[in-house]
Amino acid sequence: MVGYLISLGIFTATFALFSLGLNLHWGYTGLINFGHVGFLAIGSYTTILLGIAGVPMFFAVLVGVVLAMGLGFLMGIATLRLREDYLAIVTIGMAEIVRLIALNEDWLTRGGRGVYGFPLPFVNFNPNVPTKLGMIALFWGVVGVAAWQWWHWLERRYGRSRPPWLLPSYAALFIAGTLSLWAALLPLSLGRGVATFPFVLTWVTLGGAIALMSYYCRPEKAAVLVIALNTLAAALVGLVVKALTLGLWDFSYRAGLLWLLILVLALVVWQLERLIHSPWGRVLKAIREDEEVAKALGKNVFAYKMQSLLLGGAIAAVAGAFYAWQLTFVNPDGFVSLITFQAWTIVVLGGAGNNMGTLLGAALFWAYTALTRFIPLDGGRLEALRMMLIGLVLIILMMWRPQGILGKKEELSLGR
Amino acid sequence: MVDEPSLVPVSNSVSQVLPSDLLVATGLCKSFGGIRAVDNAEIRVVRGSITGLIGPNGAGKTTLFNLLCNFLTPDKGCVIFDGAPISHLPPHQVALQGLLRTFQVPRVLSRLSVLENMLLAAPLQTGEKLWNSWLQPLRIRQEEQELRQRAWTILESVGLAAKANDYAGALSGGQRKLLEMARVMMHRPRMVLLDEPAAGVNPTLINQICEHIVRWNQEGVTFLIIEHNMDVVMSLCQHIWVLAEGKNLADGPPSEIQTNPEVLRAYLGQ
Ligand SMILES: Nc1ncnc2c1ncn2[C@@H]1O[C@H](COP(=O)(O)OP(=O)(O)OP(=O)(O)O)[C@@H](O)[C@H]1O
Ligand SMILES: [Mg+2]
Repeated sequence: MVGYLISLGIFTATFALFSLGLNLHWGYTGLINFGHVGFLAIGSYTTILLGIAGVPMFFAVLVGVVLAMGLGFLMGIATLRLREDYLAIVTIGMAEIVRLIALNEDWLTRGGRGVYGFPLPFVNFNPNVPTKLGMIALFWGVVGVAAWQWWHWLERRYGRSRPPWLLPSYAALFIAGTLSLWAALLPLSLGRGVATFPFVLTWVTLGGAIALMSYYCRPEKAAVLVIALNTLAAALVGLVVKALTLGLWDFSYRAGLLWLLILVLALVVWQLERLIHSPWGRVLKAIREDEEVAKALGKNVFAYKMQSLLLGGAIAAVAGAFYAWQLTFVNPDGFVSLITFQAWTIVVLGGAGNNMGTLLGAALFWAYTALTRFIPLDGGRLEALRMMLIGLVLIILMMWRPQGILGKKEELSLGR
Repeated sequence: MVDEPSLVPVSNSVSQVLPSDLLVATGLCKSFGGIRAVDNAEIRVVRGSITGLIGPNGAGKTTLFNLLCNFLTPDKGCVIFDGAPISHLPPHQVALQGLLRTFQVPRVLSRLSVLENMLLAAPLQTGEKLWNSWLQPLRIRQEEQELRQRAWTILESVGLAAKANDYAGALSGGQRKLLEMARVMMHRPRMVLLDEPAAGVNPTLINQICEHIVRWNQEGVTFLIIEHNMDVVMSLCQHIWVLAEGKNLADGPPSEIQTNPEVLRAYLGQ
């Protein structure tokens, strides 16, 4: 269960990182990039091939980032002065070229046989017990602060009367719900069915928590829905917290990787948020809205689009390194255009032009992937069904909430 | 200034640039396929003036604007701004020289707030450089503060302050015209090209817009205005250029243009 959740966490976080790059391109700058996976491929291959050659891992990733930016530069030079549909075509072509080079240049990438046995981070890292306890304490500190903030937000927003026993009883029900959800999913991760009793218990306890909270909030239908969604999401986060804690305790290679990834992800989100709220980000958004206006106001549109393309590509290249480290076996099949469109799904799902939306989109996408894995169908059919379902979800979403889950509704009614 | 010749010869043309001219364009040509939208047109704008540009629909006025600030590359011709040729500069460089333009159909950045539309327009901000977000965060914050102040002042003067935090896309057509002008002023321009500032605007707002233009002009901004509303043109402009079918038809002070038989014929038809 822990291992499975950690794997899932790594995939989620890697794709979140990867999609953040795309969100910078599309969500903030309006660049239609259909070849995002090209950056991922360059990041992956450079990191692992240089790693095999004995280059320290940090520098290997750095070189991967630089090379990915080189690819971005080529794409940009070729197309950024033209209309955006050209960018779409050229990017998809460039990504395919990268994949085909990886497939055919056998001397470099071992072609379709793939690369494995490359150095991984944290394989030789074995923390002692006090270090582990320290890390867990630190982690719980962060979780505690976040939970407290969340509770206050929920209460401030919807609380009507606040009896003092509300928080403890809500917390108790919620924790019981999370733990029983864990127990319910445990056999599922081992390939058996869901455990019935804990599963029922989960719904009873979480339902109780939601009902309790709803009873003491303003009597609006919308509030109940928000509280319910929040509680369910928090229960899922609770699962991850438990997995991460256990992962810290019996520190494995993958747990270390996940921790590193979360750190990198937090850093990237933080810096991206800073950048897009800076005057630089304002110019990007202006270009997304109407590049003629940006030009007329003296902004070098080409330079900004290029910077956006390079920065987003660099982020994707970092994601590429983690992608390879997670897979531990890399071949060109891992870099088909489908990956690009998964990132698009994530960005659109969460709401383009919203970094938090992208994180949420990644979580939902992988939750979806994880849950549908247990549909009893053979490989090919399952894959097809999954694609159909996600397509359906996107269509419904576009009808019901075209701006994405976290997108702002008001933006839809705006004239151009 | 003393022994230098005060007249700078312009290539391919007999016209010359006087020191009092801020913008001079000569021999401008632009064809779209078979249509000669602008055909050997000339225009000059005196420093500190409000100059008008009129002509029937499809005369090539907007195209001429696009040529002046290089949104379109001229097939032929030369544009001189403040004594230096600008025809080779990309559009954003032209803007940075202090020559700004508005659009005939107002273009606002819909999903940015009105205030953000204003802030964007300020030229050469420290924070516009990616790396300065890390190198000079304090300076950026201070600059933002000052820009906000200035944006508010301008928004208040045009009566958009109440809308500052709304999406620009939620503004009405007339308000968009105002925002476009206010945004251009945020850039501290030396010269502004206004494409039909009074089109689709009610008489009261037209008066207000005229007042703003006069006020900004007194603050030292030169204007070149395309406008079909003759009252506006005649009351604002000191000098008027008339364009018809891409060619210069006439130019002169309003009183002369009003009585020019060729102009009347072009406007009223044969
Ligand atoms: N991008 C273009 N492609 C093809 N033809 C164009 C283009 N832009 C303008 N034209 C043509 O050039 C001519 C001049 O157009 P322009 O927009 O400059 O007219 P205008 O004087 O601004 O008219 P109005 O007063 O109606 O705005 C028109 O015949 C128009 O059809
Ligand atoms: Mg026009």
